[in-house]
Amino acid sequence: MTDRKIYAYRRENGRVGVRNHVIILPVDDISNAACEAVANNIKGTLALPHAYGRLQFGEDLDLFFRTMIGIGSNPNVAAVVVIGIEAGWTQRIVDGIAKTGKPVAGCWIEGKGDIQTIAEASLKAKEFVQWATELQRVECKLSELYISVKCGESDTTTGLASCPTVGNVLDKHCALGGTASFGETTELTGAEHIVAAKAANEDVRKQFMAAFEDYTRLVFAQKIDDLSESQPTKGNIAGGLTTIEEKALGNVEKLGKKTKFVGCLKPAEEPATPGMWFMDTSSAAAEAVTLWAASGAVVHLFPTGQGNVVGNPIEPVIKLSGNPKTVASMKEHIDLDVAPILQGEMTLDQAGDALIDMIVRTANGRLTAAESLGHREFVMTKLYRSA
Amino acid sequence: MIHFLVHDSADTVAVAVVDLAAGTECTGRDLATNKPLSAKTTEAIPLGHKFALKDFAVGDTAIKYGCEIGKVVQPIRAGQHVHVHNLKTKRW
Repeated sequence: MTDRKIYAYRRENGRVGVRNHVIILPVDDISNAACEAVANNIKGTLALPHAYGRLQFGEDLDLFFRTMIGIGSNPNVAAVVVIGIEAGWTQRIVDGIAKTGKPVAGCWIEGKGDIQTIAEASLKAKEFVQWATELQRVECKLSELYISVKCGESDTTTGLASCPTVGNVLDKHCALGGTASFGETTELTGAEHIVAAKAANEDVRKQFMAAFEDYTRLVFAQKIDDLSESQPTKGNIAGGLTTIEEKALGNVEKLGKKTKFVGCLKPAEEPATPGMWFMDTSSAAAEAVTLWAASGAVVHLFPTGQGNVVGNPIEPVIKLSGNPKTVASMKEHIDLDVAPILQGEMTLDQAGDALIDMIVRTANGRLTAAESLGHREFVMTKLYRSA
Repeated sequence: MIHFLVHDSADTVAVAVVDLAAGTECTGRDLATNKPLSAKTTEAIPLGHKFALKDFAVGDTAIKYGCEIGKVVQPIRAGQHVHVHNLKTKRW
């Protein structure tokens, strides 16, 4: 097995990205309007409106800043204009992103109003987008990509075909020195012993079990029924999955057969070294993919059974399915069909190689199904109510 | 044609990989050993849904991937549909 050549963007800090976005990033909910106005003025830029950023505190505020700075720092982003209501938090995010060496500017609304802020930010955005559009893709290695994985609207075909295909790819990617991350903490319920056995050492195993038990406590503290309305989802049940244990056992097929995970990440935390990492995430697709994008992941692999349609504004989401009905009925959403595995017409190794081909094509610039359909779900994780 | 798959030789439920009518004499495969298997459905089983490979009494545990996937809450006969009406999580 050899590393594959890709053509991608090598950023100022050496990291490799596969997209070249200039983003207009609101610090807070009340700056969304200005960001969307700038993105409307300056073609080729992308506003990322969101619902938060005011009166958060403690661990939730730390996660907020990690997410904002992480999204701006992601190697798929060439340059950033940050707009906030006031200078303090705006500058904190600008300074965090500036550590990558990429162009970043901040504007704030108080004392000027929206219209003057939009004018200032638009001029900066125009400068950045004209600079970014002259950047050229260069030869890089596939193993330089940080890949995240999570499935959605799973069914039993996910555990038979699409998840083990991703596992085959992660085994190959990590063996070549690549970086990868999985998560979905509560969706490991029933298979947590399998994940724990894949920890690289006892410290990592203990960290994983602590994160798992912490999330389980949260669920049990809040639940008012047997969660049968939520986990498995209605889509999971329609697809034949009956219990959380069954869903989790299919989910962990994504982790591969050989690879151990080298550490545990807080939500939106960047991996410190290559290898496979566990991240403590929600199992909701848009929230989880947003956390991985904020941790620097540049390509997401998304197995689906019944047909989840999620995308992300800056991290391309590659969808694969092993359900022949879904591949036929929702074909515009599926990048790779691995349903022939069910009839023994395709081996997992062949499916893994086909998915690697799709990652290379995506890295080289092919828009994913979700990108071409305009799926830009940007959903921040919030840990508790604001003050 | 393969009608069903099982993940592990210890599994007591199988997954239909095509829509199966009641009474189908089925050909399957054990993914752990690649050995052929046979079974007969007694109910219609949609693609992706499970049927029982043995009889279960209330309180029994169903096995898939070689692991526990839940407790049986209604008696199940071999060949019948196994789903939320007769199998529940042990976890929450």
